[in-house]
Amino acid sequence: MSRLRPSVLLLTALLLLLASFPMWQSFVTSPATIGLLTRIFIYAIAAVSLDLIMGYGAMVSFGHAMFFGLGGYVVAIINYHTFEGGTLLGWSGSNAAVVVWPTAVLCCGMLGLISGYLALRTSGVQFIMITLAFAQLVFFLLVSLQSYGGDDGLMMSRRNVLPLVDVARPETLYYVSLAMLALWTVLCTLIVKSRFGLVLQALRQSQRRVVNVGVAPMPYRLTAFVISAMGTGLAGVLWANHAKFVTPDMVAWTKSGEFIAIVVMGGLGTLIGPILGAAIFICLEQVLSIWTEHWMIIMGPVLVLIALFGQRGIVGALMRARYAE
Amino acid sequence: MILFLEQLLNGLQYGAMLFMLASGLTLIFGIMGVINLTHGSLYMVGAYCGAFAVAHTGSFLAGIGAGVLGAAVYGIMIELAVIRSLYRRDHLYQVLATFGLILFTNEAVSLLFGRRPPLMNIPTMLVGSVPVAPGLDYPVIRLAFIAAGMMVAIGLWLLVNRTRLGMLIRAGADDREMVDALGVDIRRIYTIVFGLGAALCGLAGIMAAPLLAIEIGMGEKILITTFVVIVVGGVGSVRGALAGALLVGMADSLGRAYLPQVMQMLLPPSTAETLSAGLISASIYLLMAVVLLIKPLGLIPVRHA
Repeated sequence: MSRLRPSVLLLTALLLLLASFPMWQSFVTSPATIGLLTRIFIYAIAAVSLDLIMGYGAMVSFGHAMFFGLGGYVVAIINYHTFEGGTLLGWSGSNAAVVVWPTAVLCCGMLGLISGYLALRTSGVQFIMITLAFAQLVFFLLVSLQSYGGDDGLMMSRRNVLPLVDVARPETLYYVSLAMLALWTVLCTLIVKSRFGLVLQALRQSQRRVVNVGVAPMPYRLTAFVISAMGTGLAGVLWANHAKFVTPDMVAWTKSGEFIAIVVMGGLGTLIGPILGAAIFICLEQVLSIWTEHWMIIMGPVLVLIALFGQRGIVGALMRARYAE
Repeated sequence: MILFLEQLLNGLQYGAMLFMLASGLTLIFGIMGVINLTHGSLYMVGAYCGAFAVAHTGSFLAGIGAGVLGAAVYGIMIELAVIRSLYRRDHLYQVLATFGLILFTNEAVSLLFGRRPPLMNIPTMLVGSVPVAPGLDYPVIRLAFIAAGMMVAIGLWLLVNRTRLGMLIRAGADDREMVDALGVDIRRIYTIVFGLGAALCGLAGIMAAPLLAIEIGMGEKILITTFVVIVVGGVGSVRGALAGALLVGMADSLGRAYLPQVMQMLLPPSTAETLSAGLISASIYLLMAVVLLIKPLGLIPVRHA
């Protein structure tokens, strides 16, 4: 355990630094930075979730944006029925986060259960493609939902209400997102270190051996997939509250590609790495898009270079350097 | 009946286009083990190069030449610069690298050719329609498309099964080391196969240009459908690609024609309209889910020795 201590200290320091950020940010930066950081936290939650199955279970999901989008849409749709559209299947709706957020996350879990069950019947390239196809399915269904805005998306008239804190203030949402990210990362770390996580990683290394020991792979993989789906859904929930606006673009396949890029950039199978990856990716995107409107022409080759040379990601490279000492 | 026949031909035409794209994609995956997301970008490059040539020379044949050549050259450039390093890597990195290439290509094409999508008219020799059945006139260009698809299918079959290059391709897919050890430069074969796949993309792009809109991002839409085709057909198998392309083409065009009518019989009109619009777009993905449920490796999986 002593090997872990420096990283725990570092993390605590980082957490404190980030927690106190709204207090000193007014001296050094613009208020827009709070929005930027909130966005990073939200993406990081999705990336950590994806890392759980991609890094530890070797399940390359190219459709994780569907959970991101569904989480957001459930929040926005309930919001729409609560304030404007009348009842939803006889339910007058609610704006309490304690009701809406778990509902949204559970919906994502259900979608994860169905799509994961079907997708996990395959592996390798078929798995990648079928997850992508499910995301496209969700995408087209959302586009065709004319009563919820269709192509244009759905505005949220106000954010969900949390007990004790006022999320209408950007700073509060910042704290909520940060807390969610911290909790989710800790939870995922516990999962990875548990017996369940060890089986998952053993399956990644050699499915044949695990099966011969007498463990059925499907329940483990599927559970991991559902957990990951719920985490990504949580990110979608927070995004809807952050942007107060959801569009089918949240499910676009490029979004799934971005999530993969974030995870690989930060470090596959590290859980901390994807957080760093999210920060770098979003900052890079921000800087490049200020610099030129054609920022993709730089972002594209950056991703190619990461794929070609940065196999371990940033955190992976750091960890290797430390072990080599 | 007329409508049914027309939709069947439409499905055949769409299937022919999908086959041109899917055959290359499935060969590249089957032989090199690379998931090539840039396949759709090559289709776009072909369409832009072709439209550019047609706009400047006025000749559709020159357009076909430019489209095929442009896509092939760009494909070979990509293979040499990036894809070559990815052959033995995990699928994840192939997805990431080719995803980056898509972003790059989209931006590069819009910088080179401008944001305004080029327009391309139907070439004069393919204008108009001919009667294919009593009471049904069918556009010549679509028939030409079907013919081109058939020629590609026959040509590919001959190439893979009847030529020395095809023999080396099959051998390379089975056992790369052995072919290498026998003194054949397997890397060159890979480059050739990639270029061939790219050239077919270019052909599909320029053929589709008068029928569909040429725009940035046209490649991604078709790419995902192409992936559905090869997954349905069985990844790595050209025959599977043909079966998958026809199946997906038919499902799409028949769904478009009949799904709204079926829905209207079952549901109130307003709901039926929106729901069927969504279902039409989603139908091929549903098809894929069903196929994978029954045959996880696709309809015609590759036989392994």
